[in-house]
Amino acid sequence: MVTDLASAPPPVARRGGGNLLRAILRDRIGAAGLVIVAVMTLAAVFAPLLAPYDPTAMSAQRLAGPGGTFPLGADEAGRDLLSRALYGARTSLTVSLIVVTCAGVIGVALGLLAGYYRGVLDGVITPAMDVIFSFPTLLLALAVVAARGPGTENLIMALVIVFIPSFARIVRGTALSVSKEPYVESAQAVGLSNTRIITRYVLPNSVAPIAVQFTTSLAYAILIEASLGYLGLGVQPPQPSWGSMLSSGKSFMELSAWPSVVPGVCIMITVLGFNLLGDTLRDALDPRLRGR
Amino acid sequence: MLRIALIRLASVVPVLFGISVISFFVIRMIPGDVISSIMGQDFGDPQVEAAMRRYFGLDMPIHEQFLNWFGGLLQGDLGTSMRTSRPVLAEIAERFPATLLLAVSALVVSVVISIPFGVLSATRRNGFLDAASRLVSLIGLSLPNFWLGILLVYVFSVTLGWLPSQGSGPGGTIGLAYLVLPAVTLGASLAAISMRMTRSSMLEVLNQDYMRTARAKGLSERVVVARHALRNSLIPVVTVWGIQAGALLGGTVVVEQVFSWPGLGTMVIRGISQRDYPVVQGTLLFLALFYVVVNLFVDLVYVYLDPRLRSGH
Repeated sequence: MVTDLASAPPPVARRGGGNLLRAILRDRIGAAGLVIVAVMTLAAVFAPLLAPYDPTAMSAQRLAGPGGTFPLGADEAGRDLLSRALYGARTSLTVSLIVVTCAGVIGVALGLLAGYYRGVLDGVITPAMDVIFSFPTLLLALAVVAARGPGTENLIMALVIVFIPSFARIVRGTALSVSKEPYVESAQAVGLSNTRIITRYVLPNSVAPIAVQFTTSLAYAILIEASLGYLGLGVQPPQPSWGSMLSSGKSFMELSAWPSVVPGVCIMITVLGFNLLGDTLRDALDPRLRGR
Repeated sequence: MLRIALIRLASVVPVLFGISVISFFVIRMIPGDVISSIMGQDFGDPQVEAAMRRYFGLDMPIHEQFLNWFGGLLQGDLGTSMRTSRPVLAEIAERFPATLLLAVSALVVSVVISIPFGVLSATRRNGFLDAASRLVSLIGLSLPNFWLGILLVYVFSVTLGWLPSQGSGPGGTIGLAYLVLPAVTLGASLAAISMRMTRSSMLEVLNQDYMRTARAKGLSERVVVARHALRNSLIPVVTVWGIQAGALLGGTVVVEQVFSWPGLGTMVIRGISQRDYPVVQGTLLFLALFYVVVNLFVDLVYVYLDPRLRSGH
């Protein structure tokens, strides 16, 4: 009986990815989010093929309007805005994906250690996470970048630190509650190793909240990356990033609105896509929250 | 109530200590040396370097540096600006009112927008207004606030010429016209979060049994919504305001930059670009402390508002 319990599949129904995808597509809003995310990802991946010009190539047609030579106009150095926006998508999505993946892995590991093993580990990890959490996100990122200097690597490091605690918190919570469940106790009783218990019972139970957190974190990471870029503390020129494009665009606003409109629209649409997707995921994975 | 307040107060101590440790070591993580970055081109004269090291107390072992710094901190000494040679605390005191004014105005903008629309959205659930305001709030969540600021400047300053786009008024004063755009910019993104929260909290309350009772008593829908539903649903919304204080403080840094608002945000950014470490360290520490205090206050308000929590659970 006990062995049966321990070897039984985890109580979380292992819905295949196909079911989840169908649930997202059934929801019009979720489908819109998925389409936006897919289009933006494709734009980022194929930027070198799609971009009509080199994003850093300057020309004499400074602040040219859209139409003409440049589909969306040119910036103050005569660089093609469409090409820069495409490469900006590359920068923004790469940075956000790296950041959220790293933060997710570290956060999940810390959360498991704290929530499953408890004891001293919990006593060290949880207060440390609380301290990081008590720093306003952007200020913490700002502090790290201020100390280490602007640049892509430091930006990524700063954002990883900022995003770890939310993952750790969520996983610690589920690990704590799951580890008290009878099926985990019986698994321990029959001598299943901790690693196996974690991978078979604790992790599957955390997948849903992690997936939601992952998606909404991506949206937030894009926003913070853009903010730091705007402040001149993110990815450094000449590599195009939406944030820094906005900051130089603003200086020439009286002459042409396009350089300050194009990158902003890109940020808004991308973040909106991830937010829509995150909302739908939350509804699909936790029906109690539907319509909230 | 007092017991809860004391417990909550005690729980802040390790957080405050953690924050001060972080702000101390973040600056010490700098690759290379603070001195070399301050001296820049002049770097190389060992005598000057040694003198500067002594001046900034960097010749002492790290634990002594920390104790010195922490001791000073307890006495309200945040160090001296490396650029202006003035105490950092004095510079903060000079600029904090502008940041506070901006943050409070943004909060007012946010409340004025989010509560009516959140309530209407929940009471007319799935109607046109609900769909529209949910969409607008989702867009509000997705657009970076500094970009909204840029767009507002473009429309109201550059194109229409109605409002000033930069600064806070002539001669360091703060003019109301100058406050409008930054406050709306910062308030709008907060309103987006608040509205969603108000709506979901209202929906939760509207489903409660006591709402049916209130209606069964024959109270008008208006009284039911305003007296029974809204008051109860605002309790969780208050907590969100506490969390938002963080977004607000982070947001001011960027929004102040857009509008050249003379607050702590522009000071911190200037400090970073000039490598004025005591200013950066002191300001970030100050903002983090302020955030912790606001949250402490919000928690206490929360306990006060919800009688169930007052008994001490």
